[in-house]
Amino acid sequence: MEIVVLLKQVPDTETNVQIDDDNAGIKTSDVKWVINPYDELAVEEALRIKEAQGGDGKVTILSAGTERVVEAIRTGLAMGADEGVLIQDPAVESSDGLGVAKILAAALKDISYDLIIAGHRAVDDDGYLVPAAVAELVGIPHVSMVVDETIQDGKLRCERTVDGGTVIMEADLPALFTTQRGINDPRYASLPGIMKAKKKPLQTRSLTDIGVDANQVGAEGAKCSIQRLSFPPERAPGQIISGETPEEKAAELVRRLREEAKVI
Amino acid sequence: MPHGILVVAEQMDGKFRKVTYEITSQGRRMADAAGEPLTAAVVGAGVESIAGQLASFGADKVLVVDDPGLAEGTPESYAAAIFQVIKANEPKIVLFGATVQGKDLAPRLAARLDAGLAMDCTEIRLEGDRLVAVRPIFGGKVLAEVAVESSPKLAAIRPNVVEIEENLKEGQIEKMDVELPAAQTQLIEKRVEPSGQVDLTEADTVVSGGRGMGGADFSIIEELARSLGGAVGASRSAVDEGWRPHSDQVGQTGKVVTPSLYIACGISGAIQHLAGMASSKYIVAINKDPEAPIFKKADYGIVDDLYKVVPAITAEVKKLKE
Repeated sequence: MEIVVLLKQVPDTETNVQIDDDNAGIKTSDVKWVINPYDELAVEEALRIKEAQGGDGKVTILSAGTERVVEAIRTGLAMGADEGVLIQDPAVESSDGLGVAKILAAALKDISYDLIIAGHRAVDDDGYLVPAAVAELVGIPHVSMVVDETIQDGKLRCERTVDGGTVIMEADLPALFTTQRGINDPRYASLPGIMKAKKKPLQTRSLTDIGVDANQVGAEGAKCSIQRLSFPPERAPGQIISGETPEEKAAELVRRLREEAKVI
Repeated sequence: MPHGILVVAEQMDGKFRKVTYEITSQGRRMADAAGEPLTAAVVGAGVESIAGQLASFGADKVLVVDDPGLAEGTPESYAAAIFQVIKANEPKIVLFGATVQGKDLAPRLAARLDAGLAMDCTEIRLEGDRLVAVRPIFGGKVLAEVAVESSPKLAAIRPNVVEIEENLKEGQIEKMDVELPAAQTQLIEKRVEPSGQVDLTEADTVVSGGRGMGGADFSIIEELARSLGGAVGASRSAVDEGWRPHSDQVGQTGKVVTPSLYIACGISGAIQHLAGMASSKYIVAINKDPEAPIFKKADYGIVDDLYKVVPAITAEVKKLKE
């Protein structure tokens, strides 16, 4: 089984995000970069599928971005993935989700796969777009927000999150599915894993290499573009409810929620 | 020539989701501002009887695709049907609800239509030929104003953020047939919990428990949520401990919620949790640690043992309802 994991490098969720001076992006100087937590689930799931099949097959990590992303791919390789491919171009950073999907879909033409796994969203732009768009562009079935899966007889069987519960879906391979929290607990890269990862193949390719016209992606090709970033309005300082007993405090809170806030 | 605004209705078990009334009302306001007609698309199996309801919220026309092939409700079949509706009607703008279903459908259609998509918007307006939207990114730590320039322009609106307005229109119902392609994905089984539960992202009140709960017994949280007609949420720590399912998690790596009232019980207020609930209208924090960061975001705070305070609040709420 040949598996491709779509991976994005994002700021750690504990990052105190700062907006840059032209209000168009974030300050990256103090950011700790990590694998998007949902993509980490995707790497782990790919490794488990490979291990369940006796270690046969290959897990390839595919990402797009700047040279900085090499570190995230190496981390995935240290977890146990076999190869990495980075589409490196400045245009990637200014592409919208659809642009990134077009780049990844083009790169996939040169990679053989039975299965593609990706996190169901990236915790930086929260776009939800790239995995579904990649599946559409390469023309394979797609199941989103998967919390459990099995592969048997060329079919992917998934438990997927829907409102109010889950559903079991089945798709013929090749297929793409996206991971949701609950599917697994990702392993940490071991020290020997980190050492081995340094020698694993990591290929860097340009947009020209994969046959993408830079004007079709990047800022020029973007159909949804950021105009301005701002912080949400600060909340006014709150009040601590006083009282002698928990019951008194509870009664005072409920009174205020009803009379001041008018929410109950 | 593309014209008009199309809203994609979402229904579950023969009822429209609340977000459907929200996006229809928002579509009406935008249609009025732009002098364009508003069409609502209702897609599913056995949906014709409810379609007319959307005329009360401002739809000039309701397009119904009622096809037994849509009974399983696979995203793939819905995407195929909605794609054909869009192709046949050529709207300038297509609005979705940013629910689990909307977040699956809208990206598929963006790729098929080669169209720009603003996902999970909290504000949306037309500026001439551009669609301008505000969408929280980094789980709500930052707001991005984005412009969509394509034909059509797609946007998915977050539940609970735009106002529902009744606005009676003629709502002429038009049936449309679609051709569903051979299915690539099959529904095998539905494991949907009994209805009656309020969905976390649509709930008007959310009561969440965190590490301070000390264990998996969330009964006092559930009782307070029930008394307020709300939903139960949890912090990442509570989920990581295995006390609550992942689907309950509120935060940057869970669900982002925008209820009128958010009650955080035993939650210290890690950045990634605050990101998921900070746009709630009112926030109440209950924690025995007066230094907990959550108090900085809370409108009302109670410093005390949550096991004493929460049941007392439930009792007070019940008194009000008697």
